Amino acid sequence: MTTAPQPPSLEVSGLAYAYPDGHQALFGVGLTVGRGERVALLGPNGAGKTTLVLHLNGILTGGAGTVTVAGLPVAKANLAEIRRRVGIVFQDPDDQLFMPTVREDVAFGPAAAGMRGAELEARVHKALALVGMEEYANRPPHHLSFGQRRRVAVATVLAMEPEILVLDEPSSNLDPASRRELADILRSLDVTVLMVTHDLPYALELCPRAVILSDGVIVADAPTRDLLSDDELMRSHRLELPFGFDPRTTTV
Amino acid sequence: MGAGHAHRLYRHGHSPVHRLPPHCKLAAVFAFVIIVVSTPRESMWAFGLYAVLLAAVATAARIPAAFLLKRLLIEVPFVAFAVLMPFVVPGEQVHVLGLSLSEPGLWGAWNVLAKGTLGVGASVILASTTELRELLLGLQRLKLPPLLVQIASFMIRYGDVITDEMRRMSIARRSRGFEAKGIRHWGVLGKTAGALFIRSYERGERVHLAMVSRGYAGSMPVIDEVTASREQWTYAAALPVAALFICLLGWTL
Repeated sequence: MTTAPQPPSLEVSGLAYAYPDGHQALFGVGLTVGRGERVALLGPNGAGKTTLVLHLNGILTGGAGTVTVAGLPVAKANLAEIRRRVGIVFQDPDDQLFMPTVREDVAFGPAAAGMRGAELEARVHKALALVGMEEYANRPPHHLSFGQRRRVAVATVLAMEPEILVLDEPSSNLDPASRRELADILRSLDVTVLMVTHDLPYALELCPRAVILSDGVIVADAPTRDLLSDDELMRSHRLELPFGFDPRTTTV
Repeated sequence: MGAGHAHRLYRHGHSPVHRLPPHCKLAAVFAFVIIVVSTPRESMWAFGLYAVLLAAVATAARIPAAFLLKRLLIEVPFVAFAVLMPFVVPGEQVHVLGLSLSEPGLWGAWNVLAKGTLGVGASVILASTTELRELLLGLQRLKLPPLLVQIASFMIRYGDVITDEMRRMSIARRSRGFEAKGIRHWGVLGKTAGALFIRSYERGERVHLAMVSRGYAGSMPVIDEVTASREQWTYAAALPVAALFICLLGWTL
């Protein structure tokens, strides 16, 4: 191994974006996520979280600022490689899982990158094993429970061996058991994670660091427990803890 | 919501017909139907032989006769029209059981009925021995335009999702006291259909986003290659070749 410092998994600087209808969603966002970090991206509805996520793999471009993934800038010429490196898990697994069987869905990403045969099969198997869904490989996705579908959705991007895993509301619509199972899986993965969520206890449980995006800018970036304990900050950005939850006394 | 592990048209089994690669079966059925259609309708014995051929395939596929006959009922609405032909087609009249029927009409009805039934029979056997998913792979292999195959494959994937959405909308309607009771309520149903269309359209956009995010660039990657050996092709060709022989006999005799 060389001792040269590795570039951070994700580097966003000065990112600004206005939608074609004139609505400006991002006003100069700067965010750096180091390799292996798990970071929660918090913020009220309409803060620009989804807009930011869609910039990470170049679905949205054209505003000011730059996004770099492990040293590679997001630009037209590198899009294929960028989309392999940035694995986005969308909120609704029915949108994410579009192939007739689980196996084919997990194979989609690597196959689109040109992988075939035994290598592809091994990759699919490995990704499904990471989320504990191997025995469901030949099932159609709509015959799985919601929690299982969410796990398969995670596997579909893990199969691409991404540099960074971006999860959009990973705990939404999950029952407490599925929620915990997903947390166990995410903790066991050796990958950088950026988690967009409204589920503040989940953020505290999984992510040592959190950032708050509000009105298109990053307004806070600190250890998750410190952020959640700052009542003034939380209130001013429409973030509320669930009833009875106290981040100061909860142990992770 | 779902209908079990496979589509209800499919009948699980391990017969030699089940094992044939899907594109061989598709090609064989297609050729068979073309041959049946081009047989002169006057050679009634030929159609009897075709039926025997199909029965032989069904036996090889271990499909019970009752199962096959029940599935054949699907053609009833389509051949209802054939039953009318002897009454409406002008031409020489023959008298059967006190009814006056036209001879060209009878021939026309026989033609539609015999060829239709044989075609449906072959398709039912194909559908009972081949999974939908496999059929799509077969069509892809036979170089059907990829866009059509993709559309069909999304239909299979999202059929249940959209049906479910429709059911939820219907429950929401009824929970607010609405029952569709006649023509005056069609407006509401129309609006529901419109809303369902917009929802599906938006889902389509989100699915496309998810596909692009995983490297989709206009064509589906090949995940399963279906291949067929010469032996399998020969085996699948048995049906159309035998049918072709009968057809040629029909033309020459």
